[in-house]
Amino acid sequence: MTEPFVRHTGRLAALPRANVDTDQIVPKQFLKRVERTGFGPALFHDWRFRPDGSPNPDFELNQLTARGATILLVGENFGCGSSREHAVWALREYGFRAILAPSFADIFFANCCQNGLVPVRLLPQEIAELFRRHQAAGGEYQLTVDLAEQRVDDGLGFRTTFAMEPYRREMLLHGLDEIGRTLRVEDRIGAYEKGREAGNPKGLPAGRGKGETW
Amino acid sequence: MTARTLFEKVWVAHVVHQFPEGQALLYVDLHLVHEVTSPQAFEGLRQAGRRVRRPALTVATVDHNVPTGDRAAPIADPIAARQLEALAVNARDFGLELFDLRSPQQGIVHVIGPELGLTQPGMVIVCGDSHTATHGAFGALALGIGTSEVEHVLATQCLVWSKPGTMEARVTGGLAPGVTAKDLILALIGRIGTAGATGHVIEYTGEAIRALSMEERMTVCNMSIEAGARAGMIAPDEKTVAYLKGRPRAPSGAAWDRAVERWRELRTDPGATYDKHVQLDAAEVAPQVTWGTSPGMVTPVTGCVPSPTDFTTDAERRAVTRALEYMGLAPGTPLEGLPIDRVFLGSCTNARIEDLRAAARTVRGRHVATGVRAMVVPGSQQVKAQAEREGLDRVFTEAGFEWRNAGCSMCLGMNPDVLQSGERCASTSNRNFEGRQGRGGRTHLMSPPMAAAAAVAGRIVDVRSWGREPAAR
Ligand code: SF4
Repeated sequence: MTEPFVRHTGRLAALPRANVDTDQIVPKQFLKRVERTGFGPALFHDWRFRPDGSPNPDFELNQLTARGATILLVGENFGCGSSREHAVWALREYGFRAILAPSFADIFFANCCQNGLVPVRLLPQEIAELFRRHQAAGGEYQLTVDLAEQRVDDGLGFRTTFAMEPYRREMLLHGLDEIGRTLRVEDRIGAYEKGREAGNPKGLPAGRGKGETW
Repeated sequence: MTARTLFEKVWVAHVVHQFPEGQALLYVDLHLVHEVTSPQAFEGLRQAGRRVRRPALTVATVDHNVPTGDRAAPIADPIAARQLEALAVNARDFGLELFDLRSPQQGIVHVIGPELGLTQPGMVIVCGDSHTATHGAFGALALGIGTSEVEHVLATQCLVWSKPGTMEARVTGGLAPGVTAKDLILALIGRIGTAGATGHVIEYTGEAIRALSMEERMTVCNMSIEAGARAGMIAPDEKTVAYLKGRPRAPSGAAWDRAVERWRELRTDPGATYDKHVQLDAAEVAPQVTWGTSPGMVTPVTGCVPSPTDFTTDAERRAVTRALEYMGLAPGTPLEGLPIDRVFLGSCTNARIEDLRAAARTVRGRHVATGVRAMVVPGSQQVKAQAEREGLDRVFTEAGFEWRNAGCSMCLGMNPDVLQSGERCASTSNRNFEGRQGRGGRTHLMSPPMAAAAAVAGRIVDVRSWGREPAAR
């Protein structure tokens, strides 16, 4: 069970970079943990901290106005590269509830939805407008992401809608466990396995590679 | 019957259930597991009191953080050791086969799947690793998944996925001498960009693809993810069948004949349509070298480092400025002649036997340049053993390369094999992201012969002309 997401109002942090890969979100030296927790301090580690361990004052998330931000505004193709879900765990643990981007990498998008982190796809010009508004406000900028209504609103005139597949929306709204949902149709899995055995004398994957498999 | 693509045939054969909201529940034939993305998934199963539904369809290996030095020595990094130990315990508790550090079959998960014959045409294959796309070279639908999905597959043997789009990448013509499958896929990524195939499964077609060996096809499919595609596929043919025949986990006897018969149906029907198309003439591809911090930042070796002003959008200009700063490169610098400090021959992209042979041909009778540290990390212990039978290890060690045990190694630098800050590396791996091979390290992706030649020359060279010069010194 992850934390449900219906609507959320929070401060925006802006990271105007495209193609941010998951190696940047959580560098590999932090992937050795065997838990789902403890990744917050690793978030954007090599950007957030200098080699001597002190915070890098130039990095966007280290700006005073980004403190306590819960919504992240980024460039296109966010989360590309490695499939590491650790990236999403780190963003969640750091405090982010939603990410706004013109586009996301596929695996990252799926990983977000598994963890109650709402990936919001907006048009490139809308994202550009949000970057402008964030900058014009000196970084002091709030937004509401409403998943129930599929709407983003800054209360100051910026208002738009976004698309989300109904299935993912349901999961996020209710904090559903995908496994539990699939197990509700477990009989289908059994039937499929039997069907393949029967309809296909060659049988199901017998395992260990010894059988025929499709 | 309507004409269907290869992807559609495999998809349809695996739909267990169609959720009313649109997603499909897909049956998984082979689930590969490694030590880095699985511990949290097994922990989830334990907490929920769930079992692995089909342990026999699940195979585990260790690769990402294993040391590639002396296997007899204890693992120096206690945290890595804990992760390896966790996988051993999980494999035992849940009844999974594990190729551990002592196994002669251990290796990078995407190298050992095909090598053992576990990877077969028409399968749905998943692994908590984005380069699972590699297995698509056999006409399997193979994709990387996150850890929550790993847990889902362990528990249900199924994956929830909404049907992606299809993209045909048609490669005509033939590769010129000195140009490899790696150059082909880098050129394609350069053309369509790192998000060019997002939301799509790529099918590689055309005579240039048919002409590739199975190992070369794996190199191409491997980097589909660098073009944004979760999976890349190539229809099986006689080469696929010949590759799999006699592999330990491939079917045998009458079962083999039946399997081959089915595999022959696995191709896109004439008249079937794709959602997107891209075309590339292989004859026009030159050896490729990346200059930036994303695989799409690539140019022929004869090219120069671009200038931010060559790009149209603000975002691109910013990204290029940042990449050049990180890479320590000035606009207009020719790639050829750029001095390098390190060479890495390895990774699931380019550490199979043919890659090592090609690199060995380039270095035979020559020596690694003074001041350059070069290493060869075979993709699997079996590749390593094969190379040793062929004497390639001696070619490399006599030339001054380090000869190591199998693993991911400096492809991602989770083990002690890392670049120091500022070091420039010619690498046969697949990602040149900031810090990928070590914080501050500068990675130039290229083919095995190109990386081998760079090791000898001490700088980036064009293998096509360099090979013909008398061996320097
Ligand atoms: S070799 Fe590199 S890309 Fe391949 S699985 Fe290992 S870390 Fe990933």
